[in-house]
Amino acid sequence: MPLLKDGKVVDDVWAFVEDGHELSPGGCIVVTLGRFLSEHDQLLARNRSIGVRLANADDPKLLAPFLDQIHLIELQFPKYVDGRAFSQAQLLRRRHGYKGEIRATGQVLHDQLRLMIRSGFDAVVFDDPNAEAIYASAAGEFTEFYQAAADTTDSVFVKRQRAREKAAE
Amino acid sequence: MYRYDEFDDTLVRERAKQFRGQVERRLKGELKEEHFKPLRLQNGVYLQLHAYMLRVAIPYGQLSARQMRVLAEIADTYDKGYGHFTTRQNIQYNWIRLADMPDVLDKLADVEMHAIQTSGNCIRNVTSDHLAGANLDEIEDPRPWCEIIRQWSTFHPEFSSLPRKFKIAVTAGETDRAAVRVHDIGLHMKRNAEGRIGFEFIVGGGLGRTPYIGLTVREWIAKEDLLDYLEANMRVYNRHGRRDNKYKARIKILVNELGLEEYKREVEEEFAAQNSWEKVVLPQAEVDRISAYFAAPAFAKLSAASEAFEAFKAASREQARWAKNNLRPHRVPGYISVHVALKPQGVAPGDATSDQMRALADIGERYALDDIRVAHEQDIVFPHVKLDDVPAIYAALKAADLHASNAGMGSDIIACPGLDYCNLANARSISVANEIQAVFADPEFEDEVGTLHVNVSGCINACGHHHVGHIGVLGVDKKGEEFYQVLFGGRADEKATIATIQGPGLRHEEVAPAIRRVVDRYLALRRDRSEKFIDTMGRVGQAPFKEALYAAA
Ligand code: HEM
Ligand code: SF4
Repeated sequence: MPLLKDGKVVDDVWAFVEDGHELSPGGCIVVTLGRFLSEHDQLLARNRSIGVRLANADDPKLLAPFLDQIHLIELQFPKYVDGRAFSQAQLLRRRHGYKGEIRATGQVLHDQLRLMIRSGFDAVVFDDPNAEAIYASAAGEFTEFYQAAADTTDSVFVKRQRAREKAAE
Repeated sequence: MYRYDEFDDTLVRERAKQFRGQVERRLKGELKEEHFKPLRLQNGVYLQLHAYMLRVAIPYGQLSARQMRVLAEIADTYDKGYGHFTTRQNIQYNWIRLADMPDVLDKLADVEMHAIQTSGNCIRNVTSDHLAGANLDEIEDPRPWCEIIRQWSTFHPEFSSLPRKFKIAVTAGETDRAAVRVHDIGLHMKRNAEGRIGFEFIVGGGLGRTPYIGLTVREWIAKEDLLDYLEANMRVYNRHGRRDNKYKARIKILVNELGLEEYKREVEEEFAAQNSWEKVVLPQAEVDRISAYFAAPAFAKLSAASEAFEAFKAASREQARWAKNNLRPHRVPGYISVHVALKPQGVAPGDATSDQMRALADIGERYALDDIRVAHEQDIVFPHVKLDDVPAIYAALKAADLHASNAGMGSDIIACPGLDYCNLANARSISVANEIQAVFADPEFEDEVGTLHVNVSGCINACGHHHVGHIGVLGVDKKGEEFYQVLFGGRADEKATIATIQGPGLRHEEVAPAIRRVVDRYLALRRDRSEKFIDTMGRVGQAPFKEALYAAA
């Protein structure tokens, strides 16, 4: 399935390693939160890129002490109507200042893309032959937002205030 | 009323355009119904028994004449010439073709309206007191905060795929006319000990299959903290609300399963953890800008008494009755609020034809400061009317067959669409409501009975609010046959109470006679005319009424 990073199809260099399975010596690997928390010393000592897969019920706060050493966090949409990962992404980006990749996996559909982008996802696993074009159109469908989010703090409330201040000058 | 600026306009137009694209993809077959469903749902498009239904948002129930005329035009052009005003202060059309929906949304956008978040698992249209700005007992107009919440919640990226739908209501009166205790979040504007106005923050009310009265999570939250505190609540719900069972997915279940103290602890922890840069930026100047749209209109200086009005009441019993039942006091001398009960005998509650909508628009424009409200009782209200104009308004209402004089009375029934329209229904609601109305067909009898709220739902989802009716009627299915359970003692006001089921269901034809017996029992038991049905029941208990209910069996 195509992986889009910032809207462009890229190769996926990451491999998920199930709990209990041995880690390959090289390469970029993704592990579960449980494994990361119990083995983070060894994992971070490998000096390779490390990613963490969060289950929907996982609390992103547990990763807070390690976020500058993590390169990928995978969040899941088991069903497109399950929006828990939106909260996880917002928490990672806005509360904890995470700068690495946040990737959406699972049931990722055209019409959820904009919400994902707003919430802080920069990568999606998106199964469509026209993935790039769809992503671009979903990203540009709206130009105004009532809320600040991970993508922009320029909410309508803020823009109006700026206009007022400009008018007062 | 609020007017869109370029930002609001852009958003609504972009949404209409987006939905046009989605409908095109659906009609071409590129989008499966399964994946179209959440999109159409967040645009108020339901698939019903016979057709698609479109629900249009009427934010906190307020309309201008121009908007009302467009609603009438839509009814004529795309539907069968009528619409249905709902208990959530919206309007529904039952017969719009999917292919026409994008055009309808464009027409709505032209008059600053939309169908955004009128369905689906998102924050729905915010509801409020239909007498906001006019009534005697409000401490401040709640509508600016409804509008602020409307904007903040529109396309909220984090809260668009909640475990379940989410309804917020705001009231500012001592009397709660917005039923805030049976909403997912209810906000009741109140003063704190220092006299500042803020909100009592109530969470976890709701009807449906497991009804709950909402619990107070904060006695008082300051205005400047409102949106942040809402975000904290929404985030706790989005993360922890149940998603395994849609009947247990409402926030009321989360609050109940965690217990109020634990729920509150989680919310407070989340609220306290918000960094300064995570706070919603809502400058005071922006609150002031929005509030200015709701500033009191320029009321004329009038004397409290009106000769024209007195003469109107004296002229006929019919008019005297209408004046007694359908008018509500106004805070400005010489003014009054008019209830137009969309409940004439024998019609689906809340239905209005396009001609009636136009008549309402004309009245609104000529006599009511262009301010028209939809009340959750599925009625239309003109909050600001001069007593001197009442005779002319009544004449215009009568010409449009909108002069039912039963507001707040036994025949002013709230009823859901039921089996006639709804694919979840167990039983018909409209016909049973019509038969109950017939019990009160004699105006003298109805007036003798006085204030009485009868609410009818066609299934346990409770769209007709049967849990909060003084008398509730619930359609159930028993081996393929329609039966109706009767409930007593509910109320939706500041003394919100969930009604109690009395016992086995009745057959369709047994319902109206049984209710007649219950009402007769009230007349026999009440202390005097000033003791309302619900108060007599509170004093003597439900047992004698139950006995009357089943007396024929
Ligand atoms: C005809 C199609 C309709 C369908 C399929 C439908 C479906 C439902 C369902 C499934 C629920 C329960 C949701 C839950 O408990 O989480 C519900 C609740 C509700 N519906 Fe409807 N409904 C319909 C029409 C209406 C209409 C016409 C009204 C207004 C008159 C209405 C007002 C409500 C209200 C106020 C609730 C909320 C009860 C609560 O707070 O839990 N519905 N509806
Ligand atoms: S209460 Fe039941 S029958 Fe009535 S509209 Fe709601 S879902 Fe349909």
